[in-house]
Amino acid sequence: MHPAPSVIIFTTLSGLGFGLLFFLGIGQPAVTGTVAFVFYAIAFGLACGGLLASTFHLGHPERAWRALTQWKSSWLSREGVCAVGALIVMGLYALGAVFMDSHWTLLGWIGAALSLATVFTTSMIYTQLKTIPRWNMELTPAVFLSFSLAGGALLAGAEAVAPWLLAIAGAVQLAYWAKGDKALETSGTNLGTATGLGDRGAVRAFEPPHTGSNYLLREFVHVVGRKHAQKLRMIAFTLGFVLPLLLILTPVQGLVIKHVFAALAVLSHLAGIAASRWLFFAQAEHVVGLYYGKR
Amino acid sequence: MTHQQPILDTSPKVSDEIRKTTCYMCACRCGINVHMKNGKVAYIEGNRDHPVNKGVLCAKGSAGIMQVNAPSRLKAPMLRTGPRGSGQFKEITWDEALAIAVGWLEPVRHEAPEQLAFFTGRDQSQSFTSFWAQSYGTPNYAAHGGFCSVNMATAGIYTMGGAFWEFGQPDWEHTKLFLLFGVAEDHDSNPIKMGIGKIKKRGARVIGVNPIRSGYNAIADDWVGITPGTDGLFILSMIHVLMKAGKIDLDYLSRYTNAPVLVNASEGPEKGLLMRDADGKMLVIDRNTGKLTPFDQPGVRPDLSAVYEKDGVTHRPVFHQMAERYLADEYAPEAVADKCGIPAKRIRAIAGELARVAFDEAFELDHEWTDFRGEKHTKMIGRPVAMHSMRGVSAHANGFQTCRALHVLQILLGTVEVPGGFRFKPPYPKPVEAHPTPHCKSTPDTPLDGPHLGFVRGPEHLALKEDGSPARIDKAFTWENPMSAHGLMHMVISNAHAGDPYKIDTLFMYMANMSWNSSMNTKGVMEMLTDKDENGDYKIPHIIYSDAYSSEMVAFADLILPDTTYLERHDCISLLDRPICEADAAADAIRWPVIEPDRDVRGFQTVLIQLANRMKLPGFTNEDRTAKWKDYADYIVNHERKPGIGPLSGFRGEDGSKTGRGEVNPEQLNQYIENGGFHVAHIPEGADYYKPWNTAYQDWAVGMGLYDSPQPYLFQLYVEPMRKFQLAAEGHGERQPPEHLRQRVKDVMDPLPIWYETDQQGNEGFTVNALTQRPMAMYHSWGTQNAWLRQLHGRNPLYVPTKLMRENNLQDGDWAKITSPHGEITVPVMEMAALNDNTVWTWNAIGKRKGAWALEEDAPEATKGFLLNHLIHELLPAKGDGMRWANSDPITGQAAWFDLKVKIEKAAAPSDMQESQPAFPAQESPVGTGPKELKWKVGK
Amino acid sequence: MTELPNSTDRKMGLVIDLDTCVGCHACVISCKGWNTENYGAPLSDQNPYGGDPSGTFLNRVHSYEVQPEQGHAQLIHFPKSCLHCEDAPCVTVCPTGASYKRVEDGIVLVNEDHCIGCGLCAWSCPYGARELDLAEGVMKKCTLCVDRIYNENLPEVDRIPSCVRTCPAGARHFGDLGDPDSDVSKLVAERGGMDLMPELGTKPVNKYLPPRPKDTIEEEIDILAPLLAPVAEEPQGFMGWLDKALDKLPGGAN
Ligand SMILES: Nc1nc2c(c(=O)[nH]1)N[C@H]1C(S)=C(S)[C@@H](COP(=O)(O)OP(=O)(O)OC[C@H]3O[C@@H](n4cnc5c(=O)[nH]c(N)nc54)[C@H](O)[C@@H]3O)O[C@H]1N2
Ligand SMILES: Nc1nc2c(c(=O)[nH]1)N[C@H]1C(S)=C(S)[C@@H](COP(=O)(O)OP(=O)(O)OC[C@H]3O[C@@H](n4cnc5c(=O)[nH]c(N)nc54)[C@H](O)[C@@H]3O)O[C@H]1N2
Ligand code: SF4
Ligand code: SF4
Ligand code: SF4
Ligand code: SF4
Ligand code: SF4
Ligand SMILES: [Mo]
Repeated sequence: MHPAPSVIIFTTLSGLGFGLLFFLGIGQPAVTGTVAFVFYAIAFGLACGGLLASTFHLGHPERAWRALTQWKSSWLSREGVCAVGALIVMGLYALGAVFMDSHWTLLGWIGAALSLATVFTTSMIYTQLKTIPRWNMELTPAVFLSFSLAGGALLAGAEAVAPWLLAIAGAVQLAYWAKGDKALETSGTNLGTATGLGDRGAVRAFEPPHTGSNYLLREFVHVVGRKHAQKLRMIAFTLGFVLPLLLILTPVQGLVIKHVFAALAVLSHLAGIAASRWLFFAQAEHVVGLYYGKR
Repeated sequence: MTHQQPILDTSPKVSDEIRKTTCYMCACRCGINVHMKNGKVAYIEGNRDHPVNKGVLCAKGSAGIMQVNAPSRLKAPMLRTGPRGSGQFKEITWDEALAIAVGWLEPVRHEAPEQLAFFTGRDQSQSFTSFWAQSYGTPNYAAHGGFCSVNMATAGIYTMGGAFWEFGQPDWEHTKLFLLFGVAEDHDSNPIKMGIGKIKKRGARVIGVNPIRSGYNAIADDWVGITPGTDGLFILSMIHVLMKAGKIDLDYLSRYTNAPVLVNASEGPEKGLLMRDADGKMLVIDRNTGKLTPFDQPGVRPDLSAVYEKDGVTHRPVFHQMAERYLADEYAPEAVADKCGIPAKRIRAIAGELARVAFDEAFELDHEWTDFRGEKHTKMIGRPVAMHSMRGVSAHANGFQTCRALHVLQILLGTVEVPGGFRFKPPYPKPVEAHPTPHCKSTPDTPLDGPHLGFVRGPEHLALKEDGSPARIDKAFTWENPMSAHGLMHMVISNAHAGDPYKIDTLFMYMANMSWNSSMNTKGVMEMLTDKDENGDYKIPHIIYSDAYSSEMVAFADLILPDTTYLERHDCISLLDRPICEADAAADAIRWPVIEPDRDVRGFQTVLIQLANRMKLPGFTNEDRTAKWKDYADYIVNHERKPGIGPLSGFRGEDGSKTGRGEVNPEQLNQYIENGGFHVAHIPEGADYYKPWNTAYQDWAVGMGLYDSPQPYLFQLYVEPMRKFQLAAEGHGERQPPEHLRQRVKDVMDPLPIWYETDQQGNEGFTVNALTQRPMAMYHSWGTQNAWLRQLHGRNPLYVPTKLMRENNLQDGDWAKITSPHGEITVPVMEMAALNDNTVWTWNAIGKRKGAWALEEDAPEATKGFLLNHLIHELLPAKGDGMRWANSDPITGQAAWFDLKVKIEKAAAPSDMQESQPAFPAQESPVGTGPKELKWKVGK
Repeated sequence: MTELPNSTDRKMGLVIDLDTCVGCHACVISCKGWNTENYGAPLSDQNPYGGDPSGTFLNRVHSYEVQPEQGHAQLIHFPKSCLHCEDAPCVTVCPTGASYKRVEDGIVLVNEDHCIGCGLCAWSCPYGARELDLAEGVMKKCTLCVDRIYNENLPEVDRIPSCVRTCPAGARHFGDLGDPDSDVSKLVAERGGMDLMPELGTKPVNKYLPPRPKDTIEEEIDILAPLLAPVAEEPQGFMGWLDKALDKLPGGAN
């Protein structure tokens, strides 16, 4: 798949934003007033910025509201509904926290649930696609949820759970890569089934249907060199999980340093997740590539 | 919940009006419905009523809308301002343009009309352009057939009075076995596809003989991946097997061919000629009486076996000579298998299948007919084997003889002009005798003494001057290529440049991209066109060119006469030319301006009339010195070749009620338009097969004006005119070949088909065959300017067989250096498995010169695309005696495009190699480049 | 709308004969021509005269080489457009309802006025049947020429898809694949019509007829050989045979 910056930014930022909202919703940390304002500003900034970024790749962003209508069948629509729901509920909850110094717990829990649901629905947009075996696995929602929670915990400063969540997310990431690398092969789809000619002999793509390029090739056919991918995975894993863990587990003196370390951990995580997301898209093989003799 | 869905208008308005005309995205001449909205072309589809395409349309045809709107269309007449080849021009008015042209042409006509060379490309107005050239008085006229497929045309006409191309077709309704030799696309593009589709539906078998398994060959049931240039041997071997097994149609051979005709065996100037009576009628022995008798007498049963003894000499029939030759072991499958690259078992199997289908699946149609001997037949016997062939056979230096062999195979099986076999389309069949001979006598201010092109019957018809030197600039009809019935367009520029046989003043060309894809040795040709003499003048002093688009050739002309596109002009697809006939109908068609040009351009034929009128050329001028016609439409309606016969055969007579022959009808064009742009006259049942010998057909053809009197004839398994050239080479007669050609004439002008190696001298070390094929969705160079088609074929890799890929350590996308004895190119390669092991190929004419066709300079056609033409020379490398012979068939002069041999080496990696080599500097575009985006919609 | 109908009255679709398709691209350009002028926005082209031309097409013709274990490699032309799947994932993923499957004939369409151009439907289509138009920002796909097949402004014979009408080889067939008695259903039954990527569960309506067996003539030599038995071993003998054979011709000695 073509690693479009808009989707990478969207999934990275909104995952983090909704992760933070989740923790805020369950009262972790249970902040109020100005502090709360800062927290909510960050959370909403990330979540909304992500959502906004996702509209950049739309042909008709002005009609984006229509995307809320098909929640019965479409995960993308459900994502929209959940996101809007989460933002409204958490917005109300934030109003309480910032201006009324109160935590409407039930509302918070509902908001938290909607935030997680948003991340889950986002993940399901990818997971549901049988056309992309690398995404079409249970590990895909696990990736999105675990990343979101780990990132949220980091941002929320949930010191107790953050290391655990980071570790879990890291493990999910490794499992996802391991399984994903075999996904296309094990999916059973190949040029033979794509053309129906497989039982006649070995099928090879000959002349492409056009020498010019087209939408399909630009959108779906993207080849990442093996070495390049290995290197990026190292970077993604180190920045996304190892470094943040080290940073938050390193015992430090003084609040300022601690905050600096925490901020570094968040930034490092963010960069790592962005790299991971780039790989998530760039390495995903769409079966349509088979028709073009590409993967 | 009920399912909701938008309400859709499923009956939107399709168009305001449909205008029916004839496609010209290629020379297939399909009928099209041009849907108009707001006066603009909205959509083009096939015309269901049209005899050629019956509603279907190819990719090019549907893309016509992008052609009539192409940014490369020339806008106005232009005069060159920069050096030749630069592409620098200024626009001038038509008045100026015509005056300049006449300023060059008129003095030449007064002094030495042969100094005008007028050559046209694949146009469909050759009867008109040749008429113009004849009136002007130059002997130097031809169209493109010489480099295209003249081998097919001449071999067909000399052998059976009709040829492949689009002049005949398999009996698609009945055929059960279809053999296709060397065809990628052909002129009959849609009909062949329709036909193959039809017979496949019936479960008929298709056998494709072609080194490359693409297109038609990909869907063939059996693929014969033959070694290029060896079809003749393969065919003669099948003839060997079939004759040996007696699987030949003896009845057909004895009745309808010259197989029973006696060959004179007496030593002397008549040796090898057919025996004739005092009236010139060929003699056979009548099996009923055992007597010598003219072949066409009522009740005669010509004997294939009996000999005639006289004065101690035994004269034997043609068939004896054939048996003697083809039964020889040298034609046994085992003897030819390696050379042809086809296992002997396969050759036998195919021959066996031919025999099985021709004889075991023979059938009868209950059509009564009477033959030329007066014998009545109650049935027509069908032999459902059909064959077709084109340039894969034709474009080799042994193509004439190979094509002859193919026709002989068809005739031995009795499958020509019978149900299920190969059928002619009117105006064919037409024996050699009914065709003109070539004419070349030019006199100042006087029309030529007759038509330029024709069919020689012997050395007496060669186009030679008194001193024996060639009369024509292209050296057509000389000892080098005696039967060059279409001229040799590919030799014009190099001969004119060399001043050999003489110098010319003006080169006038129409619709031929001669500085690029239609020339061999493209780079050399560009140099010849720009070369100057010691005075600093161009060696070819004046070049006038008519094109509709900004092609490569435009840059090399001094004066450009911009043509209209095919939807903007009148054209006439005439029975005098290359009509739209089917095997059971005579048909012709027109084009008419369905849109008006939005530029200052004129139909070229009209421009020729305007030039003729300014020069007052005889054929174009009335007694009172007034012009006969004001434009081409006027000519189409009012010109009469002979009384009652004009360019169009339909709607003749004062009220348009006559067909074929009839008075001029001023409303003729409108009646064509009302009828869908064409006219069809069906051949009556019973006249539709056995046409050369069928009195009903012959009478119908006379009525249609195709002949002046019935012309029944015999198929010429043995071609006597060829023997006449051999006799000359043996020392008989006045006109003698030059010594250096004597042996060659003896060898190749064999009156019975032979096969000879086409491997050219100087090929040592060049072992790989290199071919081109036409892409179905692209027409030569025209297609590239088409925004839709160029997305399909915007560049052309060299396809290399798996074995050669491995041997040369090549992978898809790698670049390779391809060398021939003549030149070198560096191009991208791609693997192909379904390909002869020793053959590489590419799509024809995709490569473009930068700056041409209103494309941007980084267009893939110009950077990655390439021409194989750089590797092919019009002359072969020097022989021991220093002579360089033309790269042509020695009989017809057909350009031998496909004899090319090359070698391959891997070249630098793609990152270092950005452009195919050779790359040429850009020519300036006189029309700019196209827009950055297209959102075409003319409605609403 | 994005929900698929439980069932459709008819299953209109195409049957493509891989044994007859010559790869001429006629269907590709005819489709481009019709759909540029008709349904929805024109199919645009970017950089049409430049270095990297590209554009929207609803139908494309691929080609594949198949190397059987024995014998020559084969080349197969392979046209591909929307297969109007029964279980069309492209419909259910659509967040706006722009993509829908019609109840009356099963045609899968995009309502261009509602489409936001998110591209998800194209992601979900295994066959590459959807292309986002860059100029218009909406999703384009084969409409099965819904504006032709019922169009009362067209003569009845022409109420078929543009690509079917134009195909010179007759390799494209159009009809109701839901009706077992239709010509197309019979063709599919007769020729073993197949699905593409059946494992993905999209249940395509369009079917492909596989190429017939190829290169079998050599195996038939045993049947054909007797036909080729020489009439005589010696050339002299051939003349003898000829004489006898001529006598047997109609009008001959016996
Ligand atoms: N779409 C389209 N149609 C066209 C044209 C076009 O440019 N585009 N051009 C038109 C013109 S001008 C012409 S002349 C015709 C030509 O039509 P074709 O005769 O089809 O010409 P080519 O494409 O040159 O194909 C020649 C074929 O012969 C094969 N071949 C080469 N050498 C041999 C050989 O030794 N033996 C055998 N058996 N096969 C061999 C090649 O592989 C190739 O398939 O097409 C006309 N129709
Ligand atoms: N390597 C290789 N070379 C070949 C061949 C091959 O098989 N291999 N085939 C050869 C054969 S058979 C042929 S026929 C030639 C074909 O070669 P050409 O005859 O050169 O054919 P085109 O490229 O179509 O060029 C014809 C010119 O006509 C112009 N034209 C198009 N429409 C019109 C019009 O309406 N009016 C006017 N006035 N001009 C118009 C085009 O713009 C173009 O410049 O190529 C030959 N060259
Ligand atoms: S074959 Fe195609 S391009 Fe040629 S005349 Fe017919 S429709 Fe036009
Ligand atoms: S038009 Fe017909 S033969 Fe040509 S590519 Fe399309 S399906 Fe194949
Ligand atoms: S082919 Fe693709 S676009 Fe068409 S219905 Fe099936 S999934 Fe949807
Ligand atoms: S691109 Fe349009 S049709 Fe496709 S899923 Fe998005 S909104 Fe629906
Ligand atoms: S049915 Fe219509 S829209 Fe679909 S591929 Fe054919 S021509 Fe194109
Ligand atoms: Mo040609």
